[in-house]
Amino acid sequence: MARKLLLQHENVPGINTFEVYRKNGGYASVEKALKSMTPDEVMEEVKKSGLRGRGGAGFPAGMKWSFLDRKSEKPRYLVCNADESEPGTFKDRYLMEKIPHLLIEGMITSSYSLGANTSYIYVRGEYMYVISILEKAIEEAYAAGFLGKNILGTSYSLDLYVQPGGGAYICGEETALLESLEGKRGNPRLKPPFPAIAGLYASPTVVNNVETIAAVVPIVNQGGDEYAKIGVGKSTGTKLISASGHINKPGVYEIELGLPVEEFIYSEEYCGGIWKGRKMKAVVAGGSSVPILPTDLILKTAKGEQRLMTYESLSDGGFVSGTMLGSGGFIVLDETACIVQHLHTFARFYHHESCGQCSPCREGTGWMEKVIHRIEHGHGHQGDIDLLVDVAKKIEGNTICPLGDAAAWPVASAIRHFREEFEYHIKYPEKVKNPKHFELEPFVSEKSLVTA
Amino acid sequence: MAKVTIDGIEIEVPDGTSILNAARMIGGDVVPPAMCYYSTLKETGGKCRVCLVKVTQGSAKDPRPMPKLVASCRTNVMDGMVVQNITSPEVLEARKGVVEFLLINHPLDCPICDQAGECDLQNLAYEHGAAKTRYEEDRRTFEKIDIGDKIKLHMNRCILCYRCTFVADQLTNNRVHGVLNRGDHSEISTYIEKAVDNDFSGNMIDVCPVGALTDKTFRFKQRVWFTNPMDAHRDCPKCSGKVVLWMKGEEVLRVTARKDQYAEVKEYICNECRYDHKDITHWKVEGPRHIDRGSVISQNHYERIDLQKLKKEVERQLEFQKGKPLPEPNSLNA
Repeated sequence: MARKLLLQHENVPGINTFEVYRKNGGYASVEKALKSMTPDEVMEEVKKSGLRGRGGAGFPAGMKWSFLDRKSEKPRYLVCNADESEPGTFKDRYLMEKIPHLLIEGMITSSYSLGANTSYIYVRGEYMYVISILEKAIEEAYAAGFLGKNILGTSYSLDLYVQPGGGAYICGEETALLESLEGKRGNPRLKPPFPAIAGLYASPTVVNNVETIAAVVPIVNQGGDEYAKIGVGKSTGTKLISASGHINKPGVYEIELGLPVEEFIYSEEYCGGIWKGRKMKAVVAGGSSVPILPTDLILKTAKGEQRLMTYESLSDGGFVSGTMLGSGGFIVLDETACIVQHLHTFARFYHHESCGQCSPCREGTGWMEKVIHRIEHGHGHQGDIDLLVDVAKKIEGNTICPLGDAAAWPVASAIRHFREEFEYHIKYPEKVKNPKHFELEPFVSEKSLVTA
Repeated sequence: MAKVTIDGIEIEVPDGTSILNAARMIGGDVVPPAMCYYSTLKETGGKCRVCLVKVTQGSAKDPRPMPKLVASCRTNVMDGMVVQNITSPEVLEARKGVVEFLLINHPLDCPICDQAGECDLQNLAYEHGAAKTRYEEDRRTFEKIDIGDKIKLHMNRCILCYRCTFVADQLTNNRVHGVLNRGDHSEISTYIEKAVDNDFSGNMIDVCPVGALTDKTFRFKQRVWFTNPMDAHRDCPKCSGKVVLWMKGEEVLRVTARKDQYAEVKEYICNECRYDHKDITHWKVEGPRHIDRGSVISQNHYERIDLQKLKKEVERQLEFQKGKPLPEPNSLNA
């Protein structure tokens, strides 16, 4: 059994209440940090742990904290990004729903380290029931003296608020989140200045993902060095993976980074293999924004090495033959899945969620969706595939925030690895009229037919 | 002071100058186009992405290139920075892409649009656009609405530069219009129709780079290139009173603020000057407005011709042509 740091007590009855959570060793990190450590010592532990941002970009959390402008006279803020809306990612929801006190404990310890006296948890609007869970937990923490004035009799005070979002994917981008939190339209800001210098209300701000903040708890409890022992190289610790798609056991799993991808998919402890005894076709390894990979490339890198669940191993090969760990939204597609249909779902999502501020993303996402829709429904024609590649290339890297890149990468990678399927749609429009086309007649590469 | 090189031309500019403004100090072809940046409105820019440039050397201290193309209007120069604009094929390709994106949902109704002839998008498309569109689907459409008693909004033509919202934020005391919805369904609108009635609201028309916001008192009166622009002023207690009168004969068809060579207004005017004084006797006419020779409006201009200057120009052209071989006549053997 792999070590679990976050979901250790997930099956303890009543773990969502303060008493049970406290009995199982909860809030120990707050006691330890406030009573025996200075804020900088806490940050040092986080730095030593090698913890990387769990929201998708994988930026070292300790380094992000150290960028915070500590000379500024303005108040500092810690904002927890719980606007989890990436298709295929549902780990934060699970964590907040099951063990809300873990996030609150992490918020208190992290805020202490950063010197923030007001912190926010920005939760996406669709998670309405999670908001009430969090609010109840915060109430309990206030009653027990872990929040409010002079926590545990020390001079440190913290107020924690939950802010529901309006239901926009773009508000998961940190600067758009801050705009939304300030009560404005959630458009991403131009950087620089970065939030560490001028974030919420133009004050120094750190924005971290739910899982990142929760991971601070075991780091403080057992020490950064101990945490860094788990994992491989620069990918340390454990990671929550939301596994979904055509697998036997979809759900949220806590894995030690460095687990082979093959083991994750086929072992009984995790996904339990592909459902209905079918074969695997492709995997989206880190949420909808990352490049999709076919079976042979997800199990082994282009160099023939075994692929591991780490930031480095998954991105081995760059955009040509690699992908990214991203937010850990692990989507598996079996042989009956249609890549074009799957891509259309993603393209529709990005079209719907583009904020409309800068032109390439505003116009390009809609255009790509329309072209993919056309191909998928048997109205595509020659040239459409190249058009898609070109449009994706013109969006990528030319936008204010990473949403443009996130919309372009799946399109570019799907065409790179599954071009034949797109050609099939254009060649045989009659066959793809039925939305279940590949379920009725699985796609077989014409190239392999010739060689067979 | 910071030394910056743009397309091989070196210039020293004060710290905190944007790349775009540094390029404007050099002038000529190295100036990136700008659709959403507006020098006299704070915090504009960064949205349209037509001014993207490539930074091949970040600064003298840190010579690493910037990983992505940057918006020149919102990126400040550093000492020793090296920038490529028209000398970088990557930049031109990206710019062409952005122009294509701006045009896919634009109605291209220039023949019936009042902005034609003085439209930034028209100029931009002329320079960077493709002759044919690759977009096959239906274009997005909106209803035309009145956002104020004197301003008509054609949302179909809008490129969402946000300039008009900055005018409302910075020139008037309360903003009653903004951007609704998101993605390619975003639209400029008021919550309640005809709500815009501020005394400086007319400047929204001037800052609009396309024909989305037009002056209802001028709509369909005249093609802009058939009018004569004249610089004029009056004593106005509210604004500078410096305007351009767009005349047909003795009749004043339209009054606008004065725009510089980058089509930007430096001194905004009030609605009284703009709408209520369409009478030549109310104004002190200074003389013909200088119009750039590249503009279609100049076909009708009647600035006094400087014969000395013209002679010099002709001589320069002749000198330039002298050494040039004539084109070879087509061979008949083929």
